[in-house]
Amino acid sequence: MKSKGPSHLRSIFAHIVLVILSFMCLFFFYILFVNATRSHADLQKGFSALPGNYFLENLKNVANDGTFPMFRGIINSLVVSGCSAAICTYFSALTAYGLYAYNFKCKKVAFTFIMAILVMPTQVTAMGFLRLVTNMGMYDSLLPLIIPSIASPAVFYFMYSYLQSSLPLSLVEAARIDGSGEFRTFNQIVIPIMKPAIAVQAIFTFVGSWNNYFVPALVIQSKDKMTVPILIATLRGADYMNFDMGKIYTMILVAIVPIILVYLFLSKYIIAGVTLGGVKE
Amino acid sequence: MENKHKKIDYAKWGYLFILPFFVSFFIFSFIPLVDTIRYSFFEYYRSGIKEVGPNFIGLENYISLLGSDMLKYAGNTMILWIIGFIPQIVIALVLAEWFVDARLKIHGSQFFKVVIYLPNLIMASAFAMLFFTMFSTNGPINSILQSLGWIRQPIDFLGSVFGTRSLVGLMNFLMWFGNSTIMLMAAIMGISPDIFEAAELDGCNSIQRFFYITLPQIRPILAYTLITSIIGGLQMFDVPQILTNGQGTPDRTSMTLIMFLNSHLKSKNYGMAGALSVYLFVVSGILCFIVYRMTNNDDPDGSKAAAKKAKKQRRA
Repeated sequence: MKSKGPSHLRSIFAHIVLVILSFMCLFFFYILFVNATRSHADLQKGFSALPGNYFLENLKNVANDGTFPMFRGIINSLVVSGCSAAICTYFSALTAYGLYAYNFKCKKVAFTFIMAILVMPTQVTAMGFLRLVTNMGMYDSLLPLIIPSIASPAVFYFMYSYLQSSLPLSLVEAARIDGSGEFRTFNQIVIPIMKPAIAVQAIFTFVGSWNNYFVPALVIQSKDKMTVPILIATLRGADYMNFDMGKIYTMILVAIVPIILVYLFLSKYIIAGVTLGGVKE
Repeated sequence: MENKHKKIDYAKWGYLFILPFFVSFFIFSFIPLVDTIRYSFFEYYRSGIKEVGPNFIGLENYISLLGSDMLKYAGNTMILWIIGFIPQIVIALVLAEWFVDARLKIHGSQFFKVVIYLPNLIMASAFAMLFFTMFSTNGPINSILQSLGWIRQPIDFLGSVFGTRSLVGLMNFLMWFGNSTIMLMAAIMGISPDIFEAAELDGCNSIQRFFYITLPQIRPILAYTLITSIIGGLQMFDVPQILTNGQGTPDRTSMTLIMFLNSHLKSKNYGMAGALSVYLFVVSGILCFIVYRMTNNDDPDGSKAAAKKAKKQRRA
C-alpha cells in the first residue's frame, strides 16, 4: 500500500484547488449581492464584506427608473425566452420525429443538411436578417427574436439522438393500428415519451435566449421593447459616473437572479443535460 | 435505421413534419445569407442622412477590408480567445480527471460541479457589466486591494491593454471551464474501466495514466471541444462589447471581429458588413465542416481507426 501516502496528498491538493476555483466563481456574485444591499453613499466609503440593509430601497429605485425600465425588460425577456423555448423544442421534436419515423426521398439530404449547419454562427447572416426583418415590417418588435428559433439544428440533433434511443417504431405502428392519426400520434404518444429531452432543451433554449444580446440589440429600438441584455448595455453606454451605484448593482442582480433561481432548482438536470447534447457516444 | 415496415404511404407526413423547420430556416437564415453575400459586392452605405448606392463594385469591399483594421481585429479575437482557452482546457482536463478518479475521494463533488458550471449560465452582458463596475478605479476590487495594503494607488485595469485583455480572458475562462470539465468528464467516464485496471496492475502512476491512457483515449472529444470553442471564440462579442462600451479600448486592442461587424451594421454600412460577413462565413464554414465530419462518421470516437492502426503495427 505504498500509493496511499501520495494519493492522500493529491486528494488534499485537489480539494484545495476546487475550493479556490469555487471561490473564484462565487466571489463576484457575492460582491454583487453585498453591493446591491448598500446605499450609494455607503458604497463610496469603500468595500464591506457584510451586506447592508438598503436592498429594498435600491429595488424601489430600480423599479421607478423610467430611463431603464428594468422590470418591463424582464417581462419582455420572459416572453421572448418562454416563447422561444416552447416553439423551439416543439418544432425540433417534430422535425426529429419526421426524419426518424418516416421514410421519404429527401430524408437523407435533409438530415445531412441540418448536420452541416449544426454549429453555424448566426452572426454571419445578421446583415441580411436585419434587412429582411425591416422589409417584413417586424423591425422593433419581439417576433423576429422568437420565430427563427423554430429552426434550431442543435436542438434537433439532441431530439433525434433521444428518439433513436427511446422510441421503438413498433409503438408508432401500434398506434396506427389503433386508428390514431399521424399528428395525434406525435402529440399524444411521442411528446410524452420525449418529455425529459424536451425539458432539458427547454431550459437551455430559455437560458440562451434570455442571455442573447447580439440580435436583439440590432432589432429592438424602443425602450419599452428592450430585453434585459440591451438594457444592461444601455446602462454601460450611459453617463455612468453620475449614477447611483447601489442601483446599478441591483440592476445587474435583477438581470441574473431569474437564471440563478432556475439553476438552483434544476442544476441536476442541467448538468446531466450538458453532455447529452455534445458528442455522439 | 432501415425500417422493415412499409412507410411509403406515410411519406407525405414526413415532409409535412419537417416543413416548419425548413421554411423557417429558408426565410430567416437562407434569404439573409444570400442577401448578405449579394450586398457584399455593392457600394452601399449611409453617410449622415444620405444613402449611397447600392452600386455594383465587384470585389472592392473585400479588398478594402483587407487594407483596413480587419486583420488586426482578427488577431485581437484570437488573442482574447487563447487567453481564455488555454487555462480553461488545462484546468478542465485536470478537474475532469480528479472527479473521475475514485481514489481521490472528492467530497461534495456534486456541489463543486454545480458551482463551476454556474457562470456558464450567467448573462454575459450582465457579467461584463459587473466586471466593469468591480474593476473600475473606484470599484470594490481596488478598494479591497488597497485595504489589504497590497497597492497604494488604484490600478486602472481597463486603461491598459494587458488589464483589459486579461479581464476578457478571465471572464471567458470562468464562463467556460465548468462546461468543458463536465464534457471531458463524460468522455473520461466513457473509457473502459478495464484499461485503467490493467494500468493499475502494471504499476502505472496517476501522471503516467493521465498522459498515456486518458489523453489519447479522449482525443476525439478534446478535438471537438477545441473546434467548437474556436467557433465560439470567433463569435466573441458580448463580453468585450459591454466591457469596453463597444470601443475595444484601449486603442481598439480588444475589438473583436463581431464587434467590428456590429459597428458596421449600426452605422448601416451594408456593403462592408456584407463582405466581412462573407469572410466570417467562409472561416466558420470550414470549421462547421470539421465538426460535421466529427459528429457524422461511423467511427465517432476513433476506436475503429485505432484498432486498424494497431493491426497494421502488429503486422509490421
